[in-house]
Amino acid sequence: MNFDFNDEQREIKSTAREFLASRFPPERVRELAESRTYDEGLWAEICELGWPGIAIAERHGGQGLGVVELVILEEELGYACAPTPFLGNAYGGALIEEAGSDEQRASWLPGIASGGARGAAEVDADPEPLVVDAEGASILALAEGEGAKLVDPGDARLERLDLIDTTRACFRVAAEDGEPLPGDAFPAANRAAVALSAELVGVAQRALDMAVDYAKEREQFGRPIGAYQAVSHRLAEMLWDVEEARSLTYYAGWCADAEPDSLPLAASMAKARASDAAASVTHNALQTFGGIGFTWEHDLHFLLKRARVAGRMLGAPRAHRERVAALAGL
Amino acid sequence: MDLTLDQQEEGFRDELRAWLERNHPGPAPRGGDQAQFEFEREWQRRLHADGWAGVAWPTEYGGRGATLVEQAIFGEELARAKAPRPANVLGLVMGGPVVIAHGSNEQKERFLEPILSAEEIWCQGFSEPESGSDLASLKTRAVRDDGGWRISGQKVWTTFAHEAKWCMLVARSDAEVPKHKGLTYFLLDMEQDEIDVRPLRQITGEAEFNELFIEGAHVPDENVVGGIGNGWMVAITTLMNERAGLGASAALGLSNTLDELIELARERGVAGDPIVRDRVARLKIATEGLRLGAMRALTATMKVGTPGPEGSISKLQWSSTNQALTELAVEVGGTEALGSGSLWAYRFLRSRANSIEGGTSDVLKNIVAERVLGLPKLR
Repeated sequence: MNFDFNDEQREIKSTAREFLASRFPPERVRELAESRTYDEGLWAEICELGWPGIAIAERHGGQGLGVVELVILEEELGYACAPTPFLGNAYGGALIEEAGSDEQRASWLPGIASGGARGAAEVDADPEPLVVDAEGASILALAEGEGAKLVDPGDARLERLDLIDTTRACFRVAAEDGEPLPGDAFPAANRAAVALSAELVGVAQRALDMAVDYAKEREQFGRPIGAYQAVSHRLAEMLWDVEEARSLTYYAGWCADAEPDSLPLAASMAKARASDAAASVTHNALQTFGGIGFTWEHDLHFLLKRARVAGRMLGAPRAHRERVAALAGL
Repeated sequence: MDLTLDQQEEGFRDELRAWLERNHPGPAPRGGDQAQFEFEREWQRRLHADGWAGVAWPTEYGGRGATLVEQAIFGEELARAKAPRPANVLGLVMGGPVVIAHGSNEQKERFLEPILSAEEIWCQGFSEPESGSDLASLKTRAVRDDGGWRISGQKVWTTFAHEAKWCMLVARSDAEVPKHKGLTYFLLDMEQDEIDVRPLRQITGEAEFNELFIEGAHVPDENVVGGIGNGWMVAITTLMNERAGLGASAALGLSNTLDELIELARERGVAGDPIVRDRVARLKIATEGLRLGAMRALTATMKVGTPGPEGSISKLQWSSTNQALTELAVEVGGTEALGSGSLWAYRFLRSRANSIEGGTSDVLKNIVAERVLGLPKLR
């Protein structure tokens, strides 16, 4: 029994933390968020690192690692609040790899794995299909009944949505035709939910770190505010949120790789908990900052907004809890 | 990352499961009375006879020398089998480990075996009416006497005091030095007239705990553990032993109770109620969060000697989840579940203490804030 990363995974994590801190400092995240763009140069660097294909099999041009490694990268991308098309590409890749025909895999996975011909996928359908990272993608995976279909972006109408989170590009997509994926889309949706949970854990961890640092520095009534239990107990509860969500998310990542039968329950538990944790921790971080946290000038709102929007993608918390209840035997 | 058991761990689990199947005595009688105690004492004798009493203890002291993972498996399997607790639980998880860590060779020779066999029951004399969370402020005095010490003061929340032969007692042996430094850890013989044990009736109606009124009770020098003035350090070891490795079995206990709650919801015809379903799912997620956090903490403990931040929240997770679970049960179960004889009512009431006993949630949040997050102290 060993519930920890191995040396290679730790290396991936620290490299990602370092790389993202240097490429996505808060000023850069702000520029991208305010201009509602991704940085294609930075995406090219991410592709050179091999991240887009981290969990795709080697025979399809990927690195052949697992969902645990995907979780590691996604957590760090969330921690950096990095605006990139990573998630849409990863989910599109997972759908094609899990549910696609050999031909579909051969057509699309090498481009998705290298990041040179990205995929994008539908992550929400309330009230209408919502696709992340659709612009610039070479192939779109849309839901179709219980399954999914592939659509050429040229055959689809894309409308960029104006959501509160501008670190991620979301689109309404309408497409009549498409080519069905013959397999079961459910495992890929679960894997993507786990990856997104990791991103939410990273967002929450960043907000917690910012709030803790601030509580040590900011003085009122002659003391750092973190010395007051009204503040310090809230921060302790935020740590509780983050760590519980992290335990469930890492476990779900491990299930995806090693114990797929346990994945549906594990993925829903992780997604429900991580969505709630990110929403609550970013809210409580804002409370810790007080007035400054409510200003546009402060960086916290990018995390708060990302937490809210990502929290409802790939199943809102209550939908996942309904699944948990059913799988728990109720 | 590998959450499966290795061959040795599986072997340990299978051997234990087989043993439990053969030796499980059935459910213990409830109510905290003599019958329950004797049942639990008999159960411990049976555990001890086959070497399952001191699972975490080193083999040289009569234990099994189990690894941390095996200790967690032991806790889980006993919870899974709904086995009774052993009568001398405080001796096994606190008294014995303290004697092993800080005791003299003579003390190890004298005290350890009767703990394992449940021949001598142990209780703990730490809390006082005016010293709860602020343990180091305790006032019970220890005064030099011929060949030993005379103890006077009052202790409270003492479990098993009426059954106990030995009390792990912390008293102030030097009032002149700062509060943490003037304490000494004694093993007090409970069979003396100078000790008056009075049951403390709790909100469930039963008396799991006692008050101790001590007026000049004697402790010989050889029953000081860890040296004069080292009581705080020795007591901290006891408390850390109380917290180590409990997460896994606590999660399994919760999981068992949650299954009963799901059954109750079905019986009461509310299994389809979306609010009940949502709350049950939250409980399920919290229970798994506790179990998995305990596994992460266990891994960290094996690698670096201490659990990571995830370990510091186990007790908070457990107490809040158990309280929320029993609250939902008495809500779903209707007035029947609130009858004085109802098991759910008992669990609901008993769980009110979960956020107080073994470290209050308020103090645990201080500990997380100061030691894990590095926030400044108010004091």
